[in-house]
Amino acid sequence: MAIQVLMPALSPTMTEGKIAKWLKKEGDPVKSGDVIAEIETDKATMEFEAVDDGKMGRILVPEGTENVAVNAPIAEILGDDEKPGAAPAKAPAQAKQPTPVETPVPKAVAPAAPKAAPAPSEIEWTGATVSLTVREALRDAMAEEMRRDDTVFLMGEEVAEYQGAYKVSQGLLEEFGARRVVDTPISEHAFAGIGIGAAFGGLKPIVEFMTWNFAMQAMDQLINSAAKTRYMSGGQMSCPIVFRGPNGAAARVAAQHSQDYSSWYAHIPGLKVIAPYTAADHKGLLKSAIRDPNPVIFLENELVYGHTFPVPQADDYTVPIGKARIARAGDGVTILAFSRMVQVALDAAAKLEEDGVSTEVIDLRTLRPLDTETIVNSVKKTNRVVTVEEGWAYAGIGSEIAALMMEQAFDYLDAPPSRVTAKDVPLPYAANLERLALPQIDDIVAAAKAALYR
Amino acid sequence: MAMAKRKLKPVKIADPLPAPAELEKLYRDMLLIRRFEEKAGQMYGMGLIGGFCHLYIGEEAVVVGIMSAVEEGDSIITSYRDHGHMLASGMDPKGVMAELTGRSGGYSKGKGGSMHMFSLEKHFYGGHGIVGAQVPIGTGLGFAHKYKGDGKIAVVFLGDGAMNQGQVAESFNMAELWKLPVLYVIENNKYGMGTSVARSSSSKDLFTRAEAFNIPASQADGMNVLAVKAAAEDAIRHIRSGKGPYVLELLTYRYRGHSMSDPAKYRSKDELNRMRQEHDPIDQMKTRLMDEEIADEAKLKDWDRGVKDVITEAAEFAQASPEPDPSELYTDVYVEA
Repeated sequence: MAIQVLMPALSPTMTEGKIAKWLKKEGDPVKSGDVIAEIETDKATMEFEAVDDGKMGRILVPEGTENVAVNAPIAEILGDDEKPGAAPAKAPAQAKQPTPVETPVPKAVAPAAPKAAPAPSEIEWTGATVSLTVREALRDAMAEEMRRDDTVFLMGEEVAEYQGAYKVSQGLLEEFGARRVVDTPISEHAFAGIGIGAAFGGLKPIVEFMTWNFAMQAMDQLINSAAKTRYMSGGQMSCPIVFRGPNGAAARVAAQHSQDYSSWYAHIPGLKVIAPYTAADHKGLLKSAIRDPNPVIFLENELVYGHTFPVPQADDYTVPIGKARIARAGDGVTILAFSRMVQVALDAAAKLEEDGVSTEVIDLRTLRPLDTETIVNSVKKTNRVVTVEEGWAYAGIGSEIAALMMEQAFDYLDAPPSRVTAKDVPLPYAANLERLALPQIDDIVAAAKAALYR
Repeated sequence: MAMAKRKLKPVKIADPLPAPAELEKLYRDMLLIRRFEEKAGQMYGMGLIGGFCHLYIGEEAVVVGIMSAVEEGDSIITSYRDHGHMLASGMDPKGVMAELTGRSGGYSKGKGGSMHMFSLEKHFYGGHGIVGAQVPIGTGLGFAHKYKGDGKIAVVFLGDGAMNQGQVAESFNMAELWKLPVLYVIENNKYGMGTSVARSSSSKDLFTRAEAFNIPASQADGMNVLAVKAAAEDAIRHIRSGKGPYVLELLTYRYRGHSMSDPAKYRSKDELNRMRQEHDPIDQMKTRLMDEEIADEAKLKDWDRGVKDVITEAAEFAQASPEPDPSELYTDVYVEA
């Protein structure tokens, strides 16, 4: 039986085309792979090959014809003994497009990001505590998880013999050896990818970037490979990995070493993003991040590494991902901050207190998934919200929160949400300019007062 | 090029030949890929497959020869010209074709498409859309094998184009530094999209770059499945003995365009016809099978019919399988802890 040759789609966007030339005449023998026609698409002139053996039967659309619709029959290929027109041609297959039915898309509010675990609202720790620096808390978190699970390992630049560029991994090489504490060459792009491959292969890597500024070299691996593969595999693959290191401005290291990447990573579905402040949260959240079966971006801050905080003295202290912490309770205005800015916000709150303003400071701790419930509950009480971040305002975390407040707390707002951010310039080196560029206590005080119309 | 010459060892094709059953499998595996890709091209033409679709026609001997030398449990990873690698890894043609049509019966439930399919069961780790990105990931799979001490290796396929990505050089360096069990297979089909190796690479024998990293390397005829198999066996022997990675460059040729919308103006018709007529991997194998009297015309026709049936079934499945349920839009973003 004759086989119909249909007008092919030869580009992702082609709906019709021109038969520029027939290269086989009726009656010519045809082998699979032979070019039978030249077809002009919306992009180029393409050769069109036969996929069946036989001989050319009738040519149904003469050369030179324009606007031939994709899937229209254009010729026939006959079996060896067939005569043209002997039998009604049979289409090779039903070229049926899946009917583009109106797919009822689930409501836009359904977030792709997992909901903050219906958190057993964090119980205030009443047990014994020990004083630790953030640096020590991070090391203890890694050491505890490495003792607990042999598949956990640490890799990065200077993490082993140098004991960490910022001494975060101090002592880990000694305890766990070179198999599990791996110094890498200066190759961020590939060692990020190697970590991801190791995670696909069943390990739980902790990849340290000496600073997040250097992770821009690895951006493709973080976004395209770590964040998207689970979805693209229909849920088959998982990537249990933690990328961690100092983020944001340190002190006088200028624009290339001072960027805050919070909003960059928080933008990406498939990633979890954590930016803690206290030592207890660094420890508890890093342990949770290492156990989490998803890729986690863990943003630290060099200036906080040396700060000392009480840390619960427990065998296994973890903090749930996706839950904010009320760092200071109040009812006049809500200040939202994360990472080092929590300290600046608390200092501002103390100053506001002197002026008789009761301030609630919320330490967001996790930026994706964001604990909007805690934020909204606070705004219902204070009716005013100020966000603080070291990143730029444009498309920043504060911008996202402002939009969320419009959507979820509009009726409770007595003033527009206000953002305290870095100034819209690369971070300068000069001490006075650097101070001007970054959020200071007085900036927050001023923003809070403006929200109170004072 | 003296260094290169030293490394380019003539690969001896196994003598005596592999057993008849093995030869039959090599032939049928190549044929399965050829027919699958022809069908995919046809279905693309009918609008049943969308987006990007990169066909492997002409290069079948590469993946089939390599896969004949790996062990159960070895990890496989490649770039976006990947349908052949999935079939050669033992993935079901129905599930691969249904992913191409974007249906729920596809390996990624219709969410990945041509370039993004995976099978943990078959140790196939994708299917990656960014040129070169699969190379560090595959190196990481090798890292995991070494870390676990399971004796398995990672096989990383990359094209001639990927050889110019920085992350590939970074990966070679770490793989040798840490003696990772990784076989890098350069599928040199002479063109990265429309740019020939001569116009993109300062040294045209790509495998010689391994020398800079102290990685042993060689080059073989990627149009001859027996030559590929022999070269792969040599390379894998080195890797499994714990000596670290190996780079194997296979010279091959893609008959079709880079993707479906490539008019292929950057190469001559003569070049294509010469490769097709004189070097076709399937025709070469067919001649060999007949010369060795392992198969006659009738037997070959029989095998051909068997392969065609599998492909027809896959194509039918891929069209009958429903589109993913709208609720699937929000699933598989995270692992629910």
